[in-house]
Amino acid sequence: MASILSLRDVEKSFGAVTVADQLSYDVAAGEALGVVGPNGAGKTSMFNLITGTLKPDSGDIAFEGRMITSTSAAARCRAGIARSFQIPQPFGGMSVFENLLVAATQGAREPARRANALCLDVLEQTGLMAKANALAGSLTLLERKRLELARALCAKPRLLLLDEIAGGLTQHECEALVGTITDIRSTGVSIVWIEHVVHALLAVVDRLIVLDFGRKIADGDPHDTMASREVQEVYIGIEADA
Amino acid sequence: MEWVNAIVQGVLLGGLYALFAAGLSLIFGVMRLVNIAHGDLIVLAAYLGLTTTIALGVHPLTSLMIAVPAMAAIGYVLQRGVLNRTLGDDILPPLLVTFGLSVIIQNGLLEIYTADSQKMNAGAIETASLEVTGGISLGVLPLIMFATAVAVIAGLQLVFYRTALGRAFRATSDNQDIAQLMGLNKAHVFGLAMALSLAVVGIAGVFLGIRTSFDPAIGPGRLIFGFEAVIIGGLGNLWGTLAGGIILGVSQNIGAQIHPGWQTLAGHLAFLFVLAVRPRGLFPRIEG
Repeated sequence: MASILSLRDVEKSFGAVTVADQLSYDVAAGEALGVVGPNGAGKTSMFNLITGTLKPDSGDIAFEGRMITSTSAAARCRAGIARSFQIPQPFGGMSVFENLLVAATQGAREPARRANALCLDVLEQTGLMAKANALAGSLTLLERKRLELARALCAKPRLLLLDEIAGGLTQHECEALVGTITDIRSTGVSIVWIEHVVHALLAVVDRLIVLDFGRKIADGDPHDTMASREVQEVYIGIEADA
Repeated sequence: MEWVNAIVQGVLLGGLYALFAAGLSLIFGVMRLVNIAHGDLIVLAAYLGLTTTIALGVHPLTSLMIAVPAMAAIGYVLQRGVLNRTLGDDILPPLLVTFGLSVIIQNGLLEIYTADSQKMNAGAIETASLEVTGGISLGVLPLIMFATAVAVIAGLQLVFYRTALGRAFRATSDNQDIAQLMGLNKAHVFGLAMALSLAVVGIAGVFLGIRTSFDPAIGPGRLIFGFEAVIIGGLGNLWGTLAGGIILGVSQNIGAQIHPGWQTLAGHLAFLFVLAVRPRGLFPRIEG
């Protein structure tokens, strides 16, 4: 399978803090990759590097075979990369529907009528139809998280980056979310998903990487990786010898 | 009756002030840029109108067809070429650069057109008026200007809340970083916002040049009137800006009615009063 996303020796640090350290991996087209790691491991920074919010100090990032290391964030979105934020960041002064329309018309470059149809589909899919005309700033946290996912979907991504969207959900909501993400996957969208709610993650992803201090310390089958010694030590925080 | 007349004329004058202010308000709303050169750009537009009128031998109002697109083009190039580079976390660079721009425009105009006062002659329409009742008559030209101001404000409102471009403006204004992640090219969006702002400036400038005499040095004064209209109306509210312009125009005319020398002073006092009583303006929209 061809890789849709490829990171090669990506390095990024802020002063003494390294958020990406010789980071290299590939995401195959159609693959769902899970990312775990302790707080401050550089997971969200990695998304910022992929979407273009941050520029790497060195190393290269390629999307669908094209080098995008110095491409603008807007152009990367148009090329097919969209993300959700751990802390929802809606356009608070605009309605839910308008939030989606921005992504559909600007990110996905859809003409007006098709953009409307796309947004309606996504509202249905993410359960936000009843809130379509509500101001995004007035939504509850859960609804804002759904809006994060919905807005990313309206950009019609081929690579979807999800940043801790399962946090704070009830068991039932979490199952519904896993169902939604599985559906998205089945349409051929590749997914990179950062998540602390490991059981939700394991229900979807084919592969797992573990980050610590910006370094990739494990990469492989999700269950094997979670059970590995490195992960037990670093991520779960248990002494391996204990 | 003189007083009623002063108020009515003040309302009509307020339309022109709203035109001065609308572009300023739009730019601040979209990119938090305070354009110190705004008044000088209005004067530049007036000279553009004058040159067009003389060179092509057309009516001053017809010169709008040249001045408005020309100003819009200047706006886009100015934003992409200069102002975008000044925008960031620090609010000082855009202030300094637009201040510098103000000085450059004033001196450039002085060099080309000299310090002599100019005025565009709109012919018979300037003196035409409609008799409403006994002592009150409405000038056709002020009426046209006021109607245009209302139409411009309504048009901007429509663009902001009903079009993809407006959504792009509002999304970028709301959160620039997220807007870019949604595929919006910030530099281009800001360029379009400045183009729209200066298109309105084009109208305001030509109207100014028809209504009164002008010279290269009057820009900063128009900037102040524009600022006052924006602040009185409340930041981020276009209809509020129109109301602000009207309040300013009426105050000035009432001041002039009391004593001819009090015209400008009365406007400033009204502004000061609103600022003291309602520091965020009468109809604020932008939070914080």
